[in-house]
Amino acid sequence: MSILVNKDTRLLVQGFTGSQATLHSEQSIEYGTNIVGGVTPGKGGQMHLGAPVFNSVHDAVEAVQPNASIIFVPAPFCKDSILEAADAGIKLIICITEGVPTLDMLIVKKRIDELGITLIGPNCPGVITPGEAKLGIMPGNIHMTGSVGIISRSGTLTYEAVKQTTDLGLGQSTCVGIGGDPIPGTSFIDVLKLFEADDQTKVIVMVGEIGGTAEEEAAEYIRDHVSKPVISYIAGQTAPAGKRMGHAGAIIAGGKGTAADKIKKLQECGVHIADNLPQIGAKVKEVVG
Amino acid sequence: MNLHEFQGKELFAKFGLPVSKNKVISSADEAVIACRDIGGSKWVIKAQVHAGGRGKAGGVKLINTPEEAINFANHWLGKRLVTYQTDAEGQLVSSILIEECTDIAEELYLSAVVDRGTQRIVFIGSSEGGVNIEEVAEKTPEKIIYEPIDPLTGPLPFQARKISKVLGLNPEQSKEFVKMLPQLTELFIEHDLALLEINPLVITQGGKLHCLDAKITIDSNALYRQPLIQEMHDPSQEDPKESEAAANDLSYVSLDGNIGCMVNGAGLAMGTMDTIKFFGGAPANFLDVGGTATQERVSKAFKIILADPEVKVVLVNIFGGIVRCDLIAEGILAAIEEVGVSIPVVVRLEGNNAELGSKILEKSNAEIVSLNDLEEASKKAVELSK
Repeated sequence: MSILVNKDTRLLVQGFTGSQATLHSEQSIEYGTNIVGGVTPGKGGQMHLGAPVFNSVHDAVEAVQPNASIIFVPAPFCKDSILEAADAGIKLIICITEGVPTLDMLIVKKRIDELGITLIGPNCPGVITPGEAKLGIMPGNIHMTGSVGIISRSGTLTYEAVKQTTDLGLGQSTCVGIGGDPIPGTSFIDVLKLFEADDQTKVIVMVGEIGGTAEEEAAEYIRDHVSKPVISYIAGQTAPAGKRMGHAGAIIAGGKGTAADKIKKLQECGVHIADNLPQIGAKVKEVVG
Repeated sequence: MNLHEFQGKELFAKFGLPVSKNKVISSADEAVIACRDIGGSKWVIKAQVHAGGRGKAGGVKLINTPEEAINFANHWLGKRLVTYQTDAEGQLVSSILIEECTDIAEELYLSAVVDRGTQRIVFIGSSEGGVNIEEVAEKTPEKIIYEPIDPLTGPLPFQARKISKVLGLNPEQSKEFVKMLPQLTELFIEHDLALLEINPLVITQGGKLHCLDAKITIDSNALYRQPLIQEMHDPSQEDPKESEAAANDLSYVSLDGNIGCMVNGAGLAMGTMDTIKFFGGAPANFLDVGGTATQERVSKAFKIILADPEVKVVLVNIFGGIVRCDLIAEGILAAIEEVGVSIPVVVRLEGNNAELGSKILEKSNAEIVSLNDLEEASKKAVELSK
């Protein structure tokens, strides 16, 4: 089955005619993704990469009925673009752009939660269901259709986990990069919930990193609600305690946030730990037998 | 980006928050006039650096004559202040704040941060101010309040009264705080703060609330829309190598080891450091060359890594996503040629056209070991670093 995206995904690209959007849209089309159109205000009526360009998401929705949108617009305009897609009724929005101001995300997150919309990112590689659809900037060729569901806060680290599970012949159901920003649209828990309900996913790889408490919260969720085996790798085990300013950040984390704390919590909750980056694939193999 | 105390207090004053009358000086000559302008016969003089713990390190002093201000300025300006929050080299003192002396009755704690958990701006208050707040949180958590602000309603008076209760304010002070909380929130939002900390927030002998310190961090992602804040940037408070890297869109943090690391992506960069450590080596740095590892960026990255004399070997780990590995390999060779790298370089290329990339590297005359496997590459780098 896979999650979030598949061969029925009708994708709209926001910021379609920009250079990054063009490069990655070409790759996505080549991979087999159905791009039904794009939006660049002021360029409506043109064709780009064989798809129609619209002035607004609303125009595009009326004309070509997309059911997902991917955003490449510059960071200062992401708040507007995400909320435009939400207002036009698109239920899955993926924001690739990095550098979105945190306070913009506070507003965006509240609004999309009210509307029941799934936002992946910002600052993320996107989502791919191997063999069906690629909505993002990941290299398609390292993926393979299979049974491992992958969730990660980091781009290239996700590719590493993908490559290792492909090399071992396991393949992936869907890979979701939720992004490394402090206020992500989608959390580990949201994706774990989807993988747990997905028949194709037999095992889950969760790639985390230091900072915040998302992994700790995910650990508790896994303990209580996830029956499938979960393998986790946490990056930043050797990172020194940061040069911090003030104490407020540290106290709100309540002493959590280090790799050691996260690993301990994950182990307590029954998650299998790959303690070294090159061993993620091997650990998955060991767990699924 | 961090601000100095005097810059934070400038913002406080702009938003109507109570701060002491003050002057900033950058030379000892200005000390007497500053004291005279402020007036009175007692002043507090404070070295301005981006770090806490200044008092214990001798960077804050109570003075009774303008001459003492001159002496303090002569002693500190141009010197580095080492506190428990700085590294061993300390931070350069290039400005000094002189302010009216405040008679303190009580010291409280107040801060605001963007909390990842609640996804709100959260105010944190405690009756225990002027001390290490982390200890308070650990030993007496009941003395701390966390109050999240709903973006739709903004801070409400009842929330200010809730915080007032934990701070131990009397009804008069609580009224003052009901006025202060929206001012603080407005400051936080208008200038895209990531952290605002007042430690201590004091009650004066006259019973008034007063912001005695100001610690402000700005969300770097939002700097583009903060022209006033951009002008407050003080590069003297940053590690020069880290600033140079940042100017070139590279993310760099220097560490104690001898294996220079060049990686694309922050997560993979941390993962690579961990792997080096796992096999018994020590990374000399964290360096993220970003998603597109062009020749120009790779050259800059080599220069920054090699500026560290401890580095004995460089490990390049690039997971070529959309960018082809053969192009990256050519970029690496050109960069090595340009920079004149004389120590061994271990390169691990993965992704599109990785094999072609390795072949290009193998053909070169430079001292390059090309390995596609991350584990082998890390082991090799560790071996060469010994």
